Amino acid sequence: MEQNAKGRLFNTQKLLAPAALVILYIFFALFGKNFFSTYTGKTILESAYFIGFMAFGVTFVIITGGIDLSIGTVMMCSSLVGGVAFSMWGWPLWLALFLVPITGCVFGIANGFLVAKLKLPPFIATLGTMLVAQGFSSIISRVQTQRYPTIGSANAWFKSVFYRAGNFPIGAVYLIGAFLIALFILNKTRLGRYTFAVGSNLEAARLSGVRTDKWLIIVYSICGLFAGFAGIFYAAVYTTVIPGTGNGQELNAIAGVVIGGTSMTGGSGTMVGTLIGVFIMATLKTGLASMGLQSHWQTFITGFVVIGAVLLDNARNKASEKAKVKRVSAVKGAPKLENQA
Amino acid sequence: MSKQNSQPEKQLLLRMEGIDKSFPGVHALDACHFDLHAGEVHALVGENGAGKSTLMKVLTGVYQKDSGEIYIDGKPVDIHNTREAQQLGISIIHQELNLMLDLTVAENIFIGREPLKGHLLDKRRQNQMARDLLQSLSMDINPLTPIKQLTVAKQQMVEIAKALSYQNTRILIMDEPSAALSEAEIAELFRFIRDVKAKGVGVIYISHRMGELKQISDRITVLRDGQYVNTVNTEETTLDAIIRMMVGRVIYEEPKAHSNVAEDAPVVLEVHNLSSPEVLDVSFNLRKGEILGIAGLMGAGRTEMARLICGADPRDSGDIIVNGAPRSISTPSDAVNAGIGYLSEDRKQFGLCLHLTVADNIVLPTLAEYSSAMMVDEKRITGLANEYRDKINIKTPSVGTCVMSLSGGNQQKVIVAKWLARDCDILIFDEPTRGIDVGAKSEIYKLMGQLSQDGKSIIMISSEMPELLRMSDRIMVMCEGEKTGELDIAEASQEKIMTLATPRK
Repeated sequence: MEQNAKGRLFNTQKLLAPAALVILYIFFALFGKNFFSTYTGKTILESAYFIGFMAFGVTFVIITGGIDLSIGTVMMCSSLVGGVAFSMWGWPLWLALFLVPITGCVFGIANGFLVAKLKLPPFIATLGTMLVAQGFSSIISRVQTQRYPTIGSANAWFKSVFYRAGNFPIGAVYLIGAFLIALFILNKTRLGRYTFAVGSNLEAARLSGVRTDKWLIIVYSICGLFAGFAGIFYAAVYTTVIPGTGNGQELNAIAGVVIGGTSMTGGSGTMVGTLIGVFIMATLKTGLASMGLQSHWQTFITGFVVIGAVLLDNARNKASEKAKVKRVSAVKGAPKLENQA
Repeated sequence: MSKQNSQPEKQLLLRMEGIDKSFPGVHALDACHFDLHAGEVHALVGENGAGKSTLMKVLTGVYQKDSGEIYIDGKPVDIHNTREAQQLGISIIHQELNLMLDLTVAENIFIGREPLKGHLLDKRRQNQMARDLLQSLSMDINPLTPIKQLTVAKQQMVEIAKALSYQNTRILIMDEPSAALSEAEIAELFRFIRDVKAKGVGVIYISHRMGELKQISDRITVLRDGQYVNTVNTEETTLDAIIRMMVGRVIYEEPKAHSNVAEDAPVVLEVHNLSSPEVLDVSFNLRKGEILGIAGLMGAGRTEMARLICGADPRDSGDIIVNGAPRSISTPSDAVNAGIGYLSEDRKQFGLCLHLTVADNIVLPTLAEYSSAMMVDEKRITGLANEYRDKINIKTPSVGTCVMSLSGGNQQKVIVAKWLARDCDILIFDEPTRGIDVGAKSEIYKLMGQLSQDGKSIIMISSEMPELLRMSDRIMVMCEGEKTGELDIAEASQEKIMTLATPRK
């Protein structure tokens, strides 16, 4: 049992992904310019902020065997809605900030409803909401770029609460907090257990009396909520939010999840893996820059990393399947085993 | 084979001798014989799992025989794949039609060997070829019609035309061709088979419908449990004789002599007029501690009925009454709350979450009770799982083991444990021993016996006659969606069950 509890935390990703992260870091420390420094460390953390939030949320969806393509534009749209409330409607900033995750959650509920109740394939449903969110952000902002308060302005607390407190990368605290919450939900709650059950076999879960519709809607709402929170941190990092953008960020988040060993077919995956996957992405981004390679190189290389990670995962799954078969025959061959229990 | 050629003027097309085929744990074919003359319809009959399909798969190259010989025109042949079978003139029409619904009739007939003009498709020639073919078979079908616009009967005609469009087809295998057809359509099918026959093609006809065999076949071969039983001329035999041959096995396990259910045992489940497209107005009762066997051939609607009772599929009408109180069961969750647990014939598809552990699978329907506030209580779940692991002897290294790595019998026990943990008093076992080896089978039987003694009520759907007779207190028989009879175990016999299960059309 002990082994199993651990197994669920680290599962497929046990050593490989962390090892890859360490190797990457060492590689860049050796070959990058000024890579091995607290400054670079901070940069890595900061470039993981909003991707991380999205990745934690979408991990749930991917474990159910679904996908959420809308998180990138939903993040941006939520962020814009907050900005509009703050600068165009004159809401106090704290209230406008509340609106950000709520907007994300609403999109998430819509996704869940389309998938669970109307039985749309998740790819199609979330492709639709992705476009809706993108269009909506332009409509509500009247295609005006929204500005969040900068350091030195009236609401300067925004940046110091969500981005940097002095020199301290406080956003990382939220990121870790979000990670712990996601970890807790996935591994310790009923929702988490049902997430795995639905992803492993939706029909078996349904026939077991699990209200799969309800739980799927909750899973997609959580994913939307996390995307909404990502919106706050996006605003905190970049200050200006441009309508109609956000496209493509979801793919970075999904890439992080996949690098982290979560299976696209559902039923297995880990939050720890996702965290490591996100940091592998962030390290790559920062490291390649430190070697003087532009962002298009990052994109290029990330592509190979994603493909390589999944290939490796497949190879390892095959190996563990073989090991399982061996174990079964061992159990069958040793009828005394069960009497000891 | 001892039997002499009964129609000496006819040419022997095919002879299969001593065909043996084993799968892990199953001896599917044991020295089977079969032969076919040009211009005859030779029916192949037997219960579910008698080996009819396996024999035909050996003939069409899907499976490789372990031993035995196949002769075509008296020459020994080896058939390694379906293409080789095709080249030898063997075509099969499956029960499930293999047509592409959006393509036209002509496109379907010539798929994979389209006539070309240079490197491009020659549609016009293809359509003309299809038209000629259909005309020569006197089929009234437009080659330009998309398949999905045709009735099932017409689609079947297209399959037949396609099979015969291979110039050399001389052996035509038809697997349950009439299953989805109306009576008028069957008449048309038969007229057509007679045409084909007149052209010298040999037809192997697989069907459960005894009445049909009388009409269309010249000879009938009976298989039972993978063994050849006999071949008879249709004219010289009777329906009852065929049924006796189909079920005439020696049963090693003593059947249950009488029902173990007390006269006054309360009725726990009443089903009234249950209907859906596949289930026609079925009613029955189930009493406390009873094992109600449900017999029927493939396509009798047994699984479909079970799925209606457990809310997996929507029903058109019908009432379900549990312990005297009508329950509106429209989702599986309703059924579970009413205490009905379903153990599917397909454990992997409908029964288990294979990625999860034994413990997580067992607790799945009960998880709400094993979590406080938001958190699941890992300790109590492990305790529960260990309790059932010992109680019904699930062989697993630990309850934290992934259920994927368990054997079939133990996976079945995990599903039983899941429903017991949920306090389900009515358990529907659908083919409980399918794909389970002999040793584990008897354990499942023991477990079911124990459960019924403990006051659980069991509905057992099974295609295995000995299993039904050994376990059931009462046997209900279904045929083509309808309930055709109910037998107390004291009066039940293989012959009686098979007679009720066999379509009379």
